[in-house]
Amino acid sequence: MNHALRRFESVLSANTPARVSFWVLVALYLAAIFAPWLAPYAGDDESRACSWAPPSTIHLRELDGSWHAPFVRAVSYSFDDDARRVWTEDSSCRFPIRFLVHGRLLGLDHPVVSPVVGRDAPTGRLYQQPGRPYEPAGRLYLLGADARGRDLFSRILYGSRVSLTIGVVGVAISTLIALVVGGIAGFAGGWVDGALMRLCEVVMLVPAFYLLMLLRAALPLDWDSRLVYFYIILILSFLGWAGLARILRGMIQSLRQSDFIAASRALGLSPWRNLWRHALPQTFGFLSVQATLSIPGYIVAESGLSLLGLGIQDPQTSWGNLLEESMSIAEIRLHPWSLLPGLFLFAAVLSWNLLGDALRDTFDPRSLS
Amino acid sequence: MIPMLLGVSLLSFLLLQLSPGDPLSAQRGNPQVPDALIHRIETEYGFDKPVPEQYLLWLSRTLHGDLGYSFKYKRPVADVIRERVGATLLLAVFSSLLSWLLAVPLGVWAALRRGQWPDRLVSLTAFVGMSLPSFFLALLLLFAASVAPPIPGFGRFPIGGLVSPEFDQFGLWERIGDVLRHLLIPGLVLAVGGVAGLQRVCRGSMLETLRQPYVLAARARGLPQRSVLWRHAFRNAANPLITLLGFEFSALLSGAAFTEIITSWPGLGLVALEAVRAKDLFLVMATVLMGSFLLLAGNLLSDLLHAWNDPRVKLS
Repeated sequence: MNHALRRFESVLSANTPARVSFWVLVALYLAAIFAPWLAPYAGDDESRACSWAPPSTIHLRELDGSWHAPFVRAVSYSFDDDARRVWTEDSSCRFPIRFLVHGRLLGLDHPVVSPVVGRDAPTGRLYQQPGRPYEPAGRLYLLGADARGRDLFSRILYGSRVSLTIGVVGVAISTLIALVVGGIAGFAGGWVDGALMRLCEVVMLVPAFYLLMLLRAALPLDWDSRLVYFYIILILSFLGWAGLARILRGMIQSLRQSDFIAASRALGLSPWRNLWRHALPQTFGFLSVQATLSIPGYIVAESGLSLLGLGIQDPQTSWGNLLEESMSIAEIRLHPWSLLPGLFLFAAVLSWNLLGDALRDTFDPRSLS
Repeated sequence: MIPMLLGVSLLSFLLLQLSPGDPLSAQRGNPQVPDALIHRIETEYGFDKPVPEQYLLWLSRTLHGDLGYSFKYKRPVADVIRERVGATLLLAVFSSLLSWLLAVPLGVWAALRRGQWPDRLVSLTAFVGMSLPSFFLALLLLFAASVAPPIPGFGRFPIGGLVSPEFDQFGLWERIGDVLRHLLIPGLVLAVGGVAGLQRVCRGSMLETLRQPYVLAARARGLPQRSVLWRHAFRNAANPLITLLGFEFSALLSGAAFTEIITSWPGLGLVALEAVRAKDLFLVMATVLMGSFLLLAGNLLSDLLHAWNDPRVKLS
């Protein structure tokens, strides 16, 4: 184990893209773990008055030219002749951005009434008299808001908990199935082998997308979202195990012929124990590389399923169903920031791919050509 | 091949039976459809029989060439499928060609400049292409197409569909041009996904071939570089690429569905999604079988090409 860790370290130090990817992934997974603390708002904290608010402009100067710590303004919208939203900032107050407020990393502090008392610059309207508490609703939208005025940045953070874990858990389950099926088929041989391999071929033959849909359709859409989450993991694992099981079966078959397995068989070890203790551990290097390389596929598949409305559903978030709002071109043109979850998806997938590739070069001896 | 297809059909039939609702749910909820009619349809298609019997009934009808009736499209399934297969095949063939045209020169270039900047640039670009989920790339391209100004002589990029609304008034060449224009975005999206994998395999296989003695021999005889590269090295290096073609095709069929749905390309994927949502039993069965069949056909094609390119492989 120590040996493997040391090799992993040497891969990271030798390969810059892999090192960067590794730290990007660490950052993403830490963000997912601490999402409730990092996100400025709860995932379902909505504000209908801020529907499709663009990313907040962060100001440093007050109207009278004085400098302040970064702050934002409350915004409101009206519609122009083309029924597009026109946003105006209410400059009567400033909302300082503070760290560690309301039990979260980042948030808005209480509004400070501007020295140019209550006069809203664009409209020239007078708001409130000085001294009277005035509470316009300022909200911090780092990456803009969605249709219901929910903060996209917070929702991306919460969504990462689903999108990033589904890959890891799914790969773990399908690897386990592949180990059992491939191990038994390779070790038993005969009709067991034949039957198991035909099963793999049938699963592999149905184009993945159709199988994904069929499996999803087999259950009602109105399930509890946690159940849906586990069910989607199961579906994805069901798709992934067959190819891996076939390769493992081949490896186990050739291992079975090798001397050390014959020796432990001659020493009277039971076939089951021989398989688990001696043959399977030989495949772990290959398996770890294979697992890293197949995580991106799971992440993308979940996002695709959620994008089509067949996966995680609205109050719950995943990167895929956040993108669902940008499915129509008209929507994207009006609020391009709704494409941002895709960027996070891309970053996670690229990092897993680069890391997996670096691991393959080191741990999979057959690729050294 | 036949037992495989049977297995696939059994698997999908069982999965569909597990799902709540049936093909007639929509009609059942409609007060204008009399119960007697629903009952008649049920008996006609055998929906009132036990599941194994239903499967056998479906199988015997399919073997007699009757794919059944689509309750969603209110047309025979065979008609719906026939229209859509062409679009999916067109997209798959176009994007395969595009990805091969991009991947082979890139792979050979990277192999010749191994370890230098072209190699690193190509492999990094390939990783980026491989990591862009097809639906995200499709959305990005559609967004770009919708904000881009019209290009002289080309017009605006179409943002979905197979043909323009004025298609019927076009002449032959205009029609071909119109379909090609619409193919561009979905084709590019699918090709980008394929280029990454193909380029890697092409580079690896080319590196291995260039090390062979016969390449050295060809060089020693003073053959020009182009001839050594393409006639001697590449023909042998292409073998693994051809094996990949079958897998590529299957990946295209699965990946194409997402791209089809987002770019509203009227192919099998779009129909399959709608059919599954409507529990349109016969249509789902037909699309799944068609998809599996195309996949098998892709594998067969790759075997044939393999035998054609490599005289050592014999077809038995």
